[in-house]
Amino acid sequence: MKQDNPNEILNDVTANDYKYGFVTDIETDIIPNGLSEEIIRHISEKKGEPEWLLQFRLRAYDYWKTLEMPRWAHLTIPDIDYQAISYYAAPKTKVAPKSLDEVDPELRKTFDKLGISLEEQMKLSGIAVDAVMDSVSVRTTFREKLAELGVIFCSFSEAVKDYPDLVKRYLGSVVSYRDNFFAALNSAVFSDGSFVYIPKGVRCPMELSTYFRINAANTGQFERTLIVADDDSYVSYLEGCTAPMRDENQLHAAIVEIVVHDRAEVKYSTVQNWYPGDKEGKGGIYNFVTKRGMCKGDHSKLSWTQVETGSAITWKYPSCVLAGDHSVGEFYSVAVTNNYQQADTGTKMIHIGKNTRSTIVSKGISAGRSQNSYRGLVKVLPGAENARNFTQCDSLLLSSDCGAHTFPYMDIQNDSAIVEHEATTSKINEDQIFYCNQRGIPTEDAVGLIVNGYAKEVMNKLPMEFAVEAQKLLQISLEGSVG
Amino acid sequence: MLKITDLHANINGKEILKGIDLEVRPGEVHAIMGPNGSGKSTLSAVLTGNPAYEVTRGSVEFYGKDLLALSPEDRSHEGLFLSFQYPVEIPGVSMVNFMRTAVNEQRKYRGLEPLSATDFLKLMREKREIVELDNKLASRSVNEGFSGGEKKRNEIFQMAMLEPRLSILDETDSGLDIDALRIVAGGVNKLKSEKNATIVITHYQRLLDYIAPDFVHVLYKGRIVKSGGPELALELEERGYDWIKKELGEI
Repeated sequence: MKQDNPNEILNDVTANDYKYGFVTDIETDIIPNGLSEEIIRHISEKKGEPEWLLQFRLRAYDYWKTLEMPRWAHLTIPDIDYQAISYYAAPKTKVAPKSLDEVDPELRKTFDKLGISLEEQMKLSGIAVDAVMDSVSVRTTFREKLAELGVIFCSFSEAVKDYPDLVKRYLGSVVSYRDNFFAALNSAVFSDGSFVYIPKGVRCPMELSTYFRINAANTGQFERTLIVADDDSYVSYLEGCTAPMRDENQLHAAIVEIVVHDRAEVKYSTVQNWYPGDKEGKGGIYNFVTKRGMCKGDHSKLSWTQVETGSAITWKYPSCVLAGDHSVGEFYSVAVTNNYQQADTGTKMIHIGKNTRSTIVSKGISAGRSQNSYRGLVKVLPGAENARNFTQCDSLLLSSDCGAHTFPYMDIQNDSAIVEHEATTSKINEDQIFYCNQRGIPTEDAVGLIVNGYAKEVMNKLPMEFAVEAQKLLQISLEGSVG
Repeated sequence: MLKITDLHANINGKEILKGIDLEVRPGEVHAIMGPNGSGKSTLSAVLTGNPAYEVTRGSVEFYGKDLLALSPEDRSHEGLFLSFQYPVEIPGVSMVNFMRTAVNEQRKYRGLEPLSATDFLKLMREKREIVELDNKLASRSVNEGFSGGEKKRNEIFQMAMLEPRLSILDETDSGLDIDALRIVAGGVNKLKSEKNATIVITHYQRLLDYIAPDFVHVLYKGRIVKSGGPELALELEERGYDWIKKELGEI
């Protein structure tokens, strides 16, 4: 039997509270609030960065100052005082830990508590992990083993030091600092993140994973992930995130850039579980993220899978630029909103090369008083002969006070394109719940079962290790939403 | 096992059941017949705790417990099963998953450990044969894309899995051809024992040719207006319901 038995999974789910909401009591090095050239120089200096990177930051900062926060999304975003945030927080350690023994026990405990054992457990499940707490990478596992294959998997800061040419070549090549307000902000102040390089012809033998954790109060998290898959390579990358429960809102503005060369394939999976705020909508993370991949090479493939259950506000459109001929882009998404959460999420598929194909499957699930929007763009440029897109966009409503919205945009500039769009909106069916009840399944579990069934097409795309966690999450985030 | 006393129930403020009295003992088969709109399906919905209905008066005792005070799932755990007139489709949820959740919820209620995957699959295989249900159906989503006959067989399969003490078959014969009817009725008969009981809700004598009732009740306008042995069903088949209405002085 497959391990996707929700019964077992759901059984060990007890409280309906956000279970990652604890705070780690650790000495943290926080710089003063506010954003200025001086602060940026300070961050860069703290990280011992080369001049070119400082200049990159300053250019981004100058540009950011000219921008206004985007208001076009179907979101109600309170004004954010960017001067009231601290842009750098790091757990205090003397020197970078060389081995696990040197990692602060409190930090190790934190990640253990989150189910992210930095060594033993991951050895068993064969996942390499980069653990990022607040602004810095705490520890990357399996680095040496991966290095034997030429795979580089390290924190962004280390990559800047050890592989400056690679970073310089690809940084900002997919998401320019001029891309949007949050991309500019991130480019100016980003503190750490993960860097991955898969050399030609290498199939990365293990899942690479980054676990992001916000711990300190009044700080933002601005990490940056850069993944480069060289010709004929393959990598599956996982990203998870949690944060403590706090009454104030915290800002998370990340950038993920992916470059996929000839015949290479990248699978990027996210389980986003930032603190969503409480039942009255107090607190929670503002999650404003720019994720984009460039399918640069012919026959390259990029697949995004996301399960979004957390954050007070989500603004996120993982996209594919299909530049190479015969390149393939995929986007599979489950976005759950409950209570007062708001999500405006979707994707962009930009067809440039010939015979490019894209698939979009989006499943929105709204409960409570939440607002859940799908926003997607399919763009076919004049040179993109025989482009194909299939979009399926479903919304499931669990209450009568929530909203589900769909904003599909199409811009087709080549007549040979075939573009299909299917959309459905439905309310959770009381007959289904009663049917489950009659068979002895309580309502909460019935909703979990029905919702997981509804999202199955997307959940099936997740790597096994993640699928279990994601199923649990769907259940937890919807507890108390029906009946 | 089941004692219904003066049961009244509403849907959307409209009274459908107007004082039902019925007692069922282990080993018995009761048939409830009656014209459309008499309250047959309402009775099954009320007994199983469908939240759309409101009980306004009366009591239902099930093995000494106040059935109406239990949640729908606990009524199930106590051994009450409903074969739905219109089985519900649940896309994306496989039968295996669904049944395993149901069986283990029941075991949990009874203080038993969950079944291992091997034992569960073995149990499924065994019970499937009772209604000649194809193995492929187990991997399909609950009732999704099932034919009418498959859906009803699937209901009886679930009944076999959950081994209820009291089963209510709500128009299980509707939409079945004669072969499917024989398989379904055969399944019900195989599951019959001295310890369990069945309430068969039907319009027609046809099903009762296969599932022999001990008692036949006529439900009319929310009340049981006549009760008798199997011969009552035959009489209804022959004469329709008008003579009962006449007896009641309505015609």
